[in-house]
Amino acid sequence: MADLLLELFSEEIPARMQAQAAKELERLVVGAMSDRGLMFEGATTFAGPRRLMLALIGLPSKQPDVSEEKKGPRTNAPVKAIDGFLRSAGVTLEQCEKRDDGKGEFYVAVVHRKGRATAEVLAEILPDCFAKLPWPKSMRWPQATNAPVRWVRPLHSILCTLDGDVVPFTFAGLASGRTTLGHRFLSKGAIEVRRFDDYVKKLRDAYVIVDAEERKEIILHEVRNKAFALGLELIEDAGLLDEVAGLAEWPVVLIGRIEDQFMDVPAEILQTSMRTHQKYFALRDPKTAALAGRFAVVSNMVTQDGGKTIVGGNERVLRARLSDAKFFWDQDRKTPLAHRVPALADIVFHAKAGIMLERAHRVALVAMVIADVLKSDIEMAKRAGLLAKADLTSGVVGEFPELQGIMGRYYALHDAESPEVADAIRDHYRPLGPGDQVPSAPVSMIVALADKLDSLVTLWHAGEKPTGSKDPFALRRAALGVIRILLENRIRLNLLLPIFAVLELGDGQREKRFVDRLDSALSNKILVKGIADDLLRTANTRTASAGGNLTAAEVMEFFADRLKVALREQGVRHDLIDAVFSLGGEDDLVRLVTRVTALQQFLKTEDGTNLLAGYKRAANILRIEEKKDGRAYDGEPDPALLSLPEEKTLFMDMAAGRELIAAELQRERFAEAMTAMAKLRGPVDAFFDKVTVNAPEPALRTNRLQLLARLRETLHTVADFSKIEG
Amino acid sequence: MAKAKTFQDLILTLQNFWASKGCLILQPYDDQMGAGTFHPATTLRALGPRPWRAAYVQPSRRPKDGRYGENPNRLQHYYQFQVIMKPAPADIQELYLESVRAIGLDPALHDIRFVEDDWESPTLGAWGLGWEVWCDGMEISQFTYFQQVGGIDCDPVSAEITYGLERLAMYVQNVEFVYDLAFNEQFRYGEVFHQAEQEFSAYNFEMADTDILFRHFKDAEKQCQELISGNKKLALPAYDQCIKASHAFNLLDARGVISVTERAAYIGRVRALAKACCEAWLATPMGDYKPRLG
Repeated sequence: MADLLLELFSEEIPARMQAQAAKELERLVVGAMSDRGLMFEGATTFAGPRRLMLALIGLPSKQPDVSEEKKGPRTNAPVKAIDGFLRSAGVTLEQCEKRDDGKGEFYVAVVHRKGRATAEVLAEILPDCFAKLPWPKSMRWPQATNAPVRWVRPLHSILCTLDGDVVPFTFAGLASGRTTLGHRFLSKGAIEVRRFDDYVKKLRDAYVIVDAEERKEIILHEVRNKAFALGLELIEDAGLLDEVAGLAEWPVVLIGRIEDQFMDVPAEILQTSMRTHQKYFALRDPKTAALAGRFAVVSNMVTQDGGKTIVGGNERVLRARLSDAKFFWDQDRKTPLAHRVPALADIVFHAKAGIMLERAHRVALVAMVIADVLKSDIEMAKRAGLLAKADLTSGVVGEFPELQGIMGRYYALHDAESPEVADAIRDHYRPLGPGDQVPSAPVSMIVALADKLDSLVTLWHAGEKPTGSKDPFALRRAALGVIRILLENRIRLNLLLPIFAVLELGDGQREKRFVDRLDSALSNKILVKGIADDLLRTANTRTASAGGNLTAAEVMEFFADRLKVALREQGVRHDLIDAVFSLGGEDDLVRLVTRVTALQQFLKTEDGTNLLAGYKRAANILRIEEKKDGRAYDGEPDPALLSLPEEKTLFMDMAAGRELIAAELQRERFAEAMTAMAKLRGPVDAFFDKVTVNAPEPALRTNRLQLLARLRETLHTVADFSKIEG
Repeated sequence: MAKAKTFQDLILTLQNFWASKGCLILQPYDDQMGAGTFHPATTLRALGPRPWRAAYVQPSRRPKDGRYGENPNRLQHYYQFQVIMKPAPADIQELYLESVRAIGLDPALHDIRFVEDDWESPTLGAWGLGWEVWCDGMEISQFTYFQQVGGIDCDPVSAEITYGLERLAMYVQNVEFVYDLAFNEQFRYGEVFHQAEQEFSAYNFEMADTDILFRHFKDAEKQCQELISGNKKLALPAYDQCIKASHAFNLLDARGVISVTERAAYIGRVRALAKACCEAWLATPMGDYKPRLG
């Protein structure tokens, strides 16, 4: 058994590409080896700023020997054909066997191939693997122009040993060897390495921690300790940790000070500026959770002065950065948020879907409609909707787009807007991802719904539907956000209303009418309930003829699809969502889900399973007979023609059951509707047990088929059972 | 390793250093341009097979960055020190670090890092991969391996290093306000440039006559095209016109008269000129044009 050690040493590899590159290297090498019959027992990969490393243990010393049979022509074939075969198989006629397949004799060449030495095979495949390594961006450089190779940055050396011996090959003009270099500044001269163990150790002695995970542990440990010593704690940031671990071979954590003059700037601004520009960790006071006036910087250096110069330099850079940020923050507050709204006209929302100002108006109006329906505060919904996007024109958000909403809240509070409005401005973007909380305060929730529905419907209408893996406008996330807000807060809302309100406003003429009214209401400070009512009325009218609008229908389908995905983790069956959704006319997601859940519970019971089986049997018979007869049996069964007790019972119970089910559904008592339906299980079973549907008497047969059709129809008042699997 | 004390010490030190590495010490190009990369000694010389090594200071004009002399470090006119080496030497990173030592920043005391920062110039149709070099968290240089210029592959690949001189000097002199820099022992930076920043900010943002600038842009574009159309191969004069068009565009942009959609179109027009000039350059002797035999 042999061990392979491989290191590709280059100029600085972008931090974001390191881990993936190491993974790809392993995949390519392992794949090429297994294609050639070379297995191994274990693999380790490391990546860092200047090197990718792969170690494999337990390789065989050579490939296994293989024998291969090649079928040739018949022994009486023309000489030319036989010669051609011998040439291609690389054997002589004497080395061939003759075999008979019953139809005649033919030649078989048995080719034995000796396995080659592992080192030899590796020398052949490795350069090819390097050439295939997919970098997100790669480059040419002068020393590698003889062979047209690309790498992420110029390569400087390749270390490759098998059990301590160099595996000889060249790549990018570099011959493989057994040496590498240590830390750029803390180590001098080449380091000779034989195997993995001494590689890790010798590099550690040369101030290189080769394992990114270990570098991360060191950083975390050091930051936490140093923060603790100051009575502070680290504000965890996994993304930043990954990045800084990719920027240092020998991470050394240093603590610097943020000047007092910046400490009244909102913590989010300080933190974002430190993170995006300087890659510093923020610290906080564990008691108050307030941002501390210190930062942690991860350097790549050990200096004689214990990092004093480095800290001083970093503090100076931060001072300049924060001066800029503070300048924007001070400037921004001189303009009230409300005065920023007109400037949204300069921001394009979407080439086909118009400008941000129109969007702000729509969000305000749709929020008003939702507030109207939910009997919430229409004035506040309007205000928050209108101001929700205004911070996009501020200096701070221009500099740090990720602070949108957060800054809006600060500016709103500064302008003495109500706290509910300010919170809604911040929270209307939420939930930002599957792990994020949904807003639950009424105004926040309403504006969040209006915002998401507006972008979903408007962009859908503009032809930006998500396809496959492409969803550039994150419409799936918007739909999921709506679903979560409604379900988690149990908000009863007929979704088609706001959807049609958006569509109504998407029409330039109508939008203008509503916006004009909104504008004059704003300037005259009059109440806006009337506008919301009117828009609600038009949306209601359009909802009544919902079938006619393609966008609305598609968007509802989209919601059904997203609902299936959203509820899959909670174990809700997707076929049941289909079964309820395809009844049509359901646009209240809370009610839909309640119904689906009740149905799922019911199907888990014995009654449920049997009733479903009975349904399937009835539906099958009907399908076959209706096709055979070329007619539907949906007429009323004639009580006079019911002859057997089992059909009479089924008929009677179904009549009573239908009424009860309808009544329970009407009252949204879905579990009770299921119980009512469960009562049909006995009669259905008895019916199939005792009654022959295809009776010889045509009148009797027709009546029984109509009875089954009645059953199908009854169950379909609860759900489309034909969509249910199993 | 005495620190380069004044602003001009810094320039002289870098010039001496790169001269000792075989670079021609050129002088600034006599046209207004946004960055040292625009100098034909970089843009055009990066193309074709001939080796090239040059270093020079280039005043860089960024009309939009004017702050009327009030911002501590933003200027509409500043100095870049530009190094181009073609082909890029294998030890170019080491050479660069030596230059950092030469200006008095000892890597043993500081934290110097190469942080991913790829360079792209849409107006030049050029891109490359490289880093911004950080010293204690501050960007002190741009480092790029040119891959394409004017849409043409660079072969061999050049290394380009750009030092932002004011920023670097502020760091070395420990000065917070650019105008406080010691230019030499006697004069401060403000005495040399503060009035210019005020006047040019007013010109860039308020006074520049946009009709004249639009006309200049069109004229430069027309003249550029004429100089390299047909059999005419006046690549260098044509490229001058391309630089002029680019600067006229930057001024118009600062005056706020170019909308978002127009912006892309103007950049596309300058790029078309730059590409044509680069192609024309390759058909000249210094671009190593070899007439085909037969």
